[in-house]
Order: sequence, then C-alpha cells, then structure tokens
Amino acid sequence: MPTQIDVSNTSPRRTSSAKQNVPADPSHKGQDKALRRTGPLDGRIAVPGGLSLTVLPPASRLSLRAPAGSVADLSAALGMDLPRSPKTSASDGKGRFALWLGPDEWLVVDEAGGDLVAACRAVQALHSAVDISHRNVGLLVSGQGAANAVNAGCPQDLSLQAFPVGACSRTVLGKIEMVLYRPSADSFRIECWRSFADYAHAFLAEAIADASA
Amino acid sequence: MTQPFRIPGAGRLTPAKIARFTFDGKAYTGLEGDTLASALLANGVHLVGRSFKYHRPRGFLSAGAEEPNALVEISRDATRRTPNVRATVQELYDGLAAQSQNRWPSLGFDVGAVNNLLSPFLSAGFYYKTFMWPKAAWKRLYEPNIRAAAGLGVAPEEADPDHYAARFAHCDVLVVGGGAAGLAAALAAAETGVRVILCDEQPEFGGALRYESGARIEGLDGYSWARQAVEKLAAMDNVRLLTRTTAFGYYAQNFVGLTERVTDHLASPGKAPRERLWQVRAARVVLATGAIERHMVFADNDRPGVMLASAARAFLNEYGVAVGRTIGVYTANDSAYAAAIDLKKAGVDIAAIVDLRDDPSGPLVEQARSLGIEVNPGRAVVGVGGRQRVSSMIVQPTGGGGKRTIPIDALLVSAGWTPSVHLFSQSRGKVAFDAGSQRFLPGLYAQDCRSVGACNGTDGLAETLNEAFAAGEAAAKATLGETSAGGGGNAPKVDASEDWAGGMLGSAPGAGADTTVKAFVDFQNDVTAKDIRQAVREGMRSIEHVKRFTTNGMATDQGKTSNMHGLAIAAETLGKEIPEVGLTTFRAPYTPVTFGAIVNHARHELFDPTRRTATHGWAEAHGAVFEDVGQWKRAWYFPRPGEDMHAAVNRECVTVRRSAGLFDASTLGKIEVVGPDAAAFMELIYTNPWQKLEPGRCRYGIMLREDGFIYDDGVVGRLSDDRFHVTTTTGGAARVMNHMEDYLQTEFPHLNVWLTSISEQWAVIAVQGPKSRDILAPLVEGIDLSDAAMPHMSVREGSICGVPTRLFRMSFTGERGFEVNVPADYGQAVWEAIWAEGEKHGACAYGTEAMHVLRAEKGYIIVGQDTDGTVTPNDAGLDWAVGKKKTDFVGIRGLKRPDLLAPGRKQLVGLKTVDPKVVLEEGAQIVQDPNQPIPMKMIGHVTSSYWSENCGRSIAMAVVAGGHGRLGETLHVPMPDGSIAVEIVSAVFFDETGERLHG
Repeated sequence: MPTQIDVSNTSPRRTSSAKQNVPADPSHKGQDKALRRTGPLDGRIAVPGGLSLTVLPPASRLSLRAPAGSVADLSAALGMDLPRSPKTSASDGKGRFALWLGPDEWLVVDEAGGDLVAACRAVQALHSAVDISHRNVGLLVSGQGAANAVNAGCPQDLSLQAFPVGACSRTVLGKIEMVLYRPSADSFRIECWRSFADYAHAFLAEAIADASA
Repeated sequence: MTQPFRIPGAGRLTPAKIARFTFDGKAYTGLEGDTLASALLANGVHLVGRSFKYHRPRGFLSAGAEEPNALVEISRDATRRTPNVRATVQELYDGLAAQSQNRWPSLGFDVGAVNNLLSPFLSAGFYYKTFMWPKAAWKRLYEPNIRAAAGLGVAPEEADPDHYAARFAHCDVLVVGGGAAGLAAALAAAETGVRVILCDEQPEFGGALRYESGARIEGLDGYSWARQAVEKLAAMDNVRLLTRTTAFGYYAQNFVGLTERVTDHLASPGKAPRERLWQVRAARVVLATGAIERHMVFADNDRPGVMLASAARAFLNEYGVAVGRTIGVYTANDSAYAAAIDLKKAGVDIAAIVDLRDDPSGPLVEQARSLGIEVNPGRAVVGVGGRQRVSSMIVQPTGGGGKRTIPIDALLVSAGWTPSVHLFSQSRGKVAFDAGSQRFLPGLYAQDCRSVGACNGTDGLAETLNEAFAAGEAAAKATLGETSAGGGGNAPKVDASEDWAGGMLGSAPGAGADTTVKAFVDFQNDVTAKDIRQAVREGMRSIEHVKRFTTNGMATDQGKTSNMHGLAIAAETLGKEIPEVGLTTFRAPYTPVTFGAIVNHARHELFDPTRRTATHGWAEAHGAVFEDVGQWKRAWYFPRPGEDMHAAVNRECVTVRRSAGLFDASTLGKIEVVGPDAAAFMELIYTNPWQKLEPGRCRYGIMLREDGFIYDDGVVGRLSDDRFHVTTTTGGAARVMNHMEDYLQTEFPHLNVWLTSISEQWAVIAVQGPKSRDILAPLVEGIDLSDAAMPHMSVREGSICGVPTRLFRMSFTGERGFEVNVPADYGQAVWEAIWAEGEKHGACAYGTEAMHVLRAEKGYIIVGQDTDGTVTPNDAGLDWAVGKKKTDFVGIRGLKRPDLLAPGRKQLVGLKTVDPKVVLEEGAQIVQDPNQPIPMKMIGHVTSSYWSENCGRSIAMAVVAGGHGRLGETLHVPMPDGSIAVEIVSAVFFDETGERLHG
C-alpha cells in the first residue's frame, strides 16, 4: 500500500540521516585491514551456460522514502532523476540506479559502493534515508530465455512490452519477495533479503535449468 | 509382423520404428507414435482392465482423454510408478512397462468379479445403506474392505524421484484446443501480431482432422492443412505452441491452468522435468475444445471390443490399426458410417450397421450402401455375446420382434456428440439447452471468452472455420484496440467436409425402465441406467443428488461420456424435460493433474525458505543444535562432548551469570522509524510514552491490538530526535511491520514518518553477563562503555572491529548486557572477534533454550508464549509500561472495555512447585482443589516452565484467574500420575532487586 502524504501545508523540515561521526563502511574505503565480509551465498559458483545465474558483488543500497516535493533535491544529491512512474527506474550510467517501488519509495543501488547515506545527508527536504546495503543480496539471471526462468516463480508479465528494459517491480519469486529489475532485454537483477538468498539461488538454478532445456 | 491388427499402408506411423513394451509382464511390439492403446490393439489386446465396482472386464472405449476404462499403471522403475494412466493418452516408448489394475490374481481371472454376481446388493447408494450396522464396523471393517475391493490403481509409496517445473505466462489470446477450430482461431489472432498461446492435450495438433478423412481445406487433405497451419504458427515469434498440454482449470479473470507432460512419452526422460505447470493469464480466451462422442446405452455395452466409432477411426487412420476383423456398428448418428466406410476401404469386414433411426439418409449412408455394407435401419442392438471380448451382437427391430445374432469381434457405437463445455462451465459461464439438437451449449459468458466449433455446437467444417477465424481475429483486435490495422484475412476455405446428423440421449431399446440389464452410463464409476432410475425412485429429484447417490460423472471422469445419458434417463424417469432437471457443475480439473505438477518447484529445499543468520556457519562449526523458529534456523544449544541438552543448557545458563555468554539475536525484527513525526507515531503505536525519551536512550515498548491485548513487544532505541531503532519479536517481525504500515497509511497519514525494515541489515550479537563490558571494551571504538556514560537501556553509534555498530546496552537475561548490531556481512567476523575476547573470560556461546531459561528466571515474558492474544498489559504485570497520561494509542479504548477491567482475569504469576525437583509441563492446567469431581474447574495454565540451575530448582510462569491477588496460595496441577502442588509467587526468581542489570 503506498503512502500518500499531503505536504502542501508542511514546510520541509530536515530529517537527519545516520549520525555524522560514524566511520564509513570500510569495505568501500579500501582500508588496509578491512574486516572480512561473509555473504550468504559465498562459495556459490555461478551457474554457467547460455542462460546463467550470477551472485552479484556487494553494493551500497539505500531505502529512500520521500514525498513528491523532495524528489528534485534528492535527485540532485544522487546525481540522477529519481523515477516517478510505477515500474520505472533511473540510472546515472556509472553503476548507480534507482528503482521506483512506490509513490514515495525507491531502492537506490550503487554498484561502486558509493556512500548513498552521505549523499543524502545534506538534503534539507523531507525524506528518510536508511542504509540497507547488507539487507539485500543481488543475483543476475542473464542470457536468452531469462524472462522464462524468472517466470518460473514470478507471476508478472515479463514481455518487453509489459516489462521493458529498465522496468522494475517489487514482486514475488516462488515463496519469497524480491525486487526485480531488468537492466537489459536478456537480463534480470533480483534483489532479495539476505536470508532468502539461499532460496532465491536454489530456485533460480532450477528455473534456468528448465528454461534452458 | 507381430502386430496382426496393423494394416499395411494405413495410418501415419513408420513401420520400421519398432518400440518394445510389456503389458502385465508379456512382451509386445508397437511403433513409435503409438499410444499404449493403439499398440495393444495392434496386437489384438482388448481386455485391459477391471471395472471399479463390479470388476467387469473392460477394454478401450475411446482413443483419447475421455477414456473411462483403460486405466493402467505405468512404471519406469520401482519409484516411478504411476497408477490410473489412460492407455489411450500414454504414448508408447521403447521399454514401456504397463500393468492392469483392480484385479486379483490376474486380469483374466479376477476374484473380485464375484461383485458382479452380488450386484443386487451393490446397487446405487449401497455405501450409504448396506454398511450402516454395527456402527463401529464401518471404520475397521467395511471401509477398508470397500476401499480395497472397489478402487482404481494403487499410489506408489516411495518418494517421487522426478522433478516438475512451473511457468507463469501472459498472452493476449489463449486458444484451448488445436483442432480445426483452434488452429483457425490461432492463425487469425497470430496474424495481427498479438501474443498467442495455443495448447492441445494431444501429442500433435489437428484434433479430429487427424482421422477425419473426408475433410479438404485450402486444397489439402485436412491433416496436411493442419500440419501447414502448425508450421506457419511455429514460425511466428508471437506464438507459443504447447502440445501434450491440457487446460485443466479455468479460474477468475481468464486465469487458466495448463499441465504440459514433458517427458512421459520419452524412453529416457533425461534432465527435463516430468511435467510443467503453466499458469496463464490471458486477455482473451478462445475455447475450441471440440466434442466427445457418446456411447450407446444397452445391455452389456461394456464388453471389451465395444468402442466409440470415432475411436476406431482414429486407431485406423492415425495408427493404422484395425480394432477387429469382423466389425459391427451400432449408431444413431452418421459419424459411425464414416468409420465403417474407412474400415471397409482398408479391407476390414463390416458385419452390419445397425441404425436406431428408421430412415437414415445422406451421402455417408449412401456411400456405405454402395460399398456393400449391410445397413439395418430401425433396429437396435439389445445385447452382445462374449465375456472378455465381444463375440456377437443381438439385433432386434426397435418396435420389437425377432432377434438376430450377428458374429462380430468389435462393435463401434455412436449415440452422437456432446460439446465439451467443461472449461466454459468452469469459467462460470451458463450453459443453455438447445432443444433442436438436444445438447447443452455455451449460453451466458462470465469472462472474456468465446467458444468456437464443435464445443459451441457449430457442426459444419466451413462454419467452424469461419466462426473460429472470426473469433480469433476479434479477440486479437479487441486487444489491439479499434484503431489498429492488421488481420483482415479470410478464413481457410473448405473444399470438402463430412456433415453428420442424428444422435440420441438416454437408454436405447432393450435397456428401458422395464429391464434389469446392465446398460452402463458411466463406465468409470460403474453406473448403469438402472442405478439412475433407482436413484429417482428413492427420492432424488435434483440431478446433483442423482449424481452423488449414483456417483455418475464424478471423480476423474467428470462425466465426459456419461453426463448427457445420465441426465436424459433421470429426466425421463422424473417425467420432466432435460433443461428442467438441469446439468451438474463441471469441476476442475478436466483430467487428473499430478501432485507433482501442482507442487512443482516447491520440494526439498524449495518447499519453504530456510533462513539462516550471518553467524550460522560459526554456530554449525561449534556444534550447535538448531531449532526451527518459523523459517529461521536458530542455535538451540551448544553441547560440549558428553553433554546432553539438559547439561548444556545448565552450563550455558550458569556461565552467563558467572562470566558472560554470546547469543545470536539477529532474527529479532528491526524497523527504522524515521521522520520529524517519528516520536508522535511511536506514541500512537505503543502504550509507552516516547516524546521525552532522550536520543541515546532505550525503552521497552508494548504494542497492543485495537482490542487492548498485547500484540508484540521489544526494546526501542532512540538514535536521534527523528530516528528510532525498533526491535520486535522474531515471529512478529513481518506482521508488526505490516501493522505499523497499516496504521500509518490508514489512521495516521498526516504524520511525516517512514518505516524501513532493517531486520536483515544488522546482525545482532548479544553479549550478556558480568564480564560483557570487559569482553567488548578492547574491540569498540568511539563509545565510552562505562556505566556512567552508557547506563542500562542506552544506545550508541560507533564502531567495533573497524565496522559501524549500533551498540545497545540492554538485557534479556537480567545481567549487564550489550547487543552489538553490525552490518550483516560483518556479523560472523565480529562474532569471531568477540568470541576470541570472550574465551579469555570464560564466556560461552548460548542458544535459544538458555535464553528462555535466563529470561524466565527474571520473569521477562515472551509474547506468544506467556501471552496468547487475550492478555492485557495489566494481566501480564506490565501496567507500568502503559503511559497513564497518554490520551491516545492503538488499543487505548480496548483497554477500557468492562471485561478487561473486571476482577478475576487471568494474570501472569510465578509458580514454584512444592517439590523443587519437579518441573511442570508447559500448558498444564491449574485447579484450586485437586479432589473436586471431574470435570474440574480450571483456573489457569502453565505458560513457561524450566529447570533453573541458577536457582537450584524448577521455576514456572502461569496465568491464573486473579493471580496477582493470590501470592502465597497453594494451587494444584493435576497430571495423569497425580497432582502437583504449586505455590503462587512473584515471577521474578533471580536477583529480585535487579541490581545486576546495572553492573
């Protein structure tokens, strides 16, 4: 259910992002003694083939919530126009993209690990920026028939007419929730919560086996 | 040639492509492309099964999915054993092994056939009448024996080693049925460019064109035209063709379920799934499901060798098999003539055509006569000779008179054709009875769907193609919108066709109301015309009652051949017209669907997600025993060598209070509440006051439902003026988020606040015990851990091991404690670092069981264990957590309901058994007086109960009526082996002043 907020009578108030004195996530800073990261799918080998399944490397992720009046300022801060229509996305062409999840909700991903919380910190307009870099895991299904593989567990119409390149949606994969994003005609990025990654990986491995047959 | 009934030059199979198979252990050969039915018939085998109730010998009635008799078991190996496979649908592969069913000791000699002699006692409704007494015998004696004797195949006991797949698909036009009509509709729709799915249950498209030799379309014979149409469709990107795919269910909003049989026809299935379930959402549906031929209802019409005329024709023209050498025909309809003509032309002797009609005429009748076939109009077959195979037919004029016996070895029957309105009916469409043609046809449509061709009562081939083509085009254009171009083609031109007329419903002469013969209406359920009449005589008036009393048209058969005959007999007996009696409802599935297809991917690890925390690997490596908490695997306890659960939990509990323990609390729900109105929102959602909570401090919060009962609880930290870090119970994580979002959007939309689930962003490592600060101190940067700087119930942001942390000073053990939140991917590394420090202090890792005991020692509740959805904060002794000055929060009015304020409510208390060694059972009931008569008055029950090594005795929590006023009273817990005396005490068993919390 989307949140509808009338902000016409509300002067924008600053909403803090996380505290300023927090050290940045060392994985993105290249510190000498970065602490070991352990992902839920570590050690999974890619499922190769014409249709392949890949575990994507860690990325920065932000759950961004904001009323319409804040979108322009946030877009400027993030370096791309946040999408305003259902099932659409925006990308800065440098590995940062924003997926529309609701009228006031975006999933912003920076594959290069840029500090998205910091990018929003200076924005005075009303918003909520919450770091969810570690909450999600990214998987990529790519190759001919990728839509068929995803359709093993996703009831959405994934034809290019209904779900064109750049389309995205919060939807289901079998028994779990996912955010689905189509970066190219023959590839889908699946974002799911960390503890569901095992399921997503196993499901998609079966699905691409069937879709490849 | 070991297939004596295979006719050289007939059919479309390749004689060189031999496939070997066995039936009941006997070896046969057939050809690739055969069905099991056509291969058996090529070998002259007609007897393939025993009937459901009477164990009568049965052969093939049909050549398709409507087959009620020829149900066999197909086994690839010990674990791949499929019962109730229709031999007319199962495609032959080299090595196929089939077994007959429902017979003992053998198909030829079946002891169960005694039921046939006992049939006067096994009449309609006999289950409900015969086995009523004694009542106890039903469960132990009658039901198991009836089930064993009357039945179909036996389900395999081993796990199914095959795998199954699923696919969701969307299209603009779904065409169900790939016969002449379906192909025409698909062509018309596809040419406009819209997305088309065409499915057919057969291995090949073409439908009746596969055997209807009289059809010519666009200058080609019907079959060749169908092949050409399929090639054209296959070359189009916007078309998906699915053969061996049955549309089994038609649901709301044009949602249609299909099962595709992927490998059942292959000798080596390989890695492909056995079946694939398609869930199709179609903008528009075209039903081209055809019609099913009806049999004639006469005495002993179930003898092997008696079959539908269209089936014999399919066996001949598709598979090159003659179903006999001297064949009789019994019909009320022209289509049987076409079968007789094809067989005659192939060199098979047609003994005679017996036609119920007094004066059949038309080109097919003339052609039969000109081929020298004897036509007997105005006559009926009133009986047959032979038991395990028909040997003769007994013919009598319809008006009575002398009988004549004609030797035959097969008898083709046709009472006309029943439009297949199953899917239309499933779509909630209403059928209408067409009196002229005596059939039910699609009437009122409930969904965006059209029926075309035979299933719509459209008889001629040219009319069918025109109608189907127009429907396909219209469906496509409706999708494209009126402005679109495209389409506009013409329907395929019909050069020649067979036009049939005639048909009859109900029992034929010789099987009327004055007879006791077994004239079968429903072969699969062993229902005769007599049974239906009896049902009416015994008071069944509605066809729905007749159906249930007789089982006519029930189960997997769904009345494909039987419905109309049964209805006509019931109507005649009732003295009503057919539409007055009505048609039963068609139910999904159209034909049986395997559980495998329904379950598809959801097996083994995909049955349900298994959620593991970031430290799961460490816990596993350190010997943790896990318990399932919802979908989560949580470390339950960490036994050391030689320890059982009890010993491990005792050690963990003692160690935490003596030194410290590490516990993975990652599964707790976590929600970040952000926005200028965050505190205002918290005020409304929780019972507690939040506005004055300073940033950096925490509070234990309680959340109610509207009715005033406790919904969830958890510690909340305020990170800044406009940012809260909320925790919930593990089980409540998802529903609390929904609950909060629901209220935010519907009741409090004026608030500028947003909720984000961060449950999985943070791994949570609880470090609890007197040494907890010493353990963490060397690892934490930027946070002063002293009691003065960071007292109990506070939260700080800083770093640990070089990664960011939200560090909570809080406790669920009653000891000084911390909960270290770190980004989840660092969870395991940080845990290992803390563990290394902890080992220096003699700390242990502890699991959920020790966590439960430790919290119970302190009287801390677990929502869902000590509360059950009927417990208020006051009942739970948590009145202090309700803001007395607050004017609004969810549940505030519920709390004021008289029942929730009345005395005598069940309240949470502690229990101490008088004998400290006795541990109560959770859930045990509590009574005031154990000597009162049964049923005793139960005044409460035990909610939590443990052995507490720290207390040196058992402890328990319970809800007891008026409990808070009963401290010191002795109550009783009656158990099967005696009553246990308990004393009501405070629920805090350890460190009652709480000084240990503060270090």
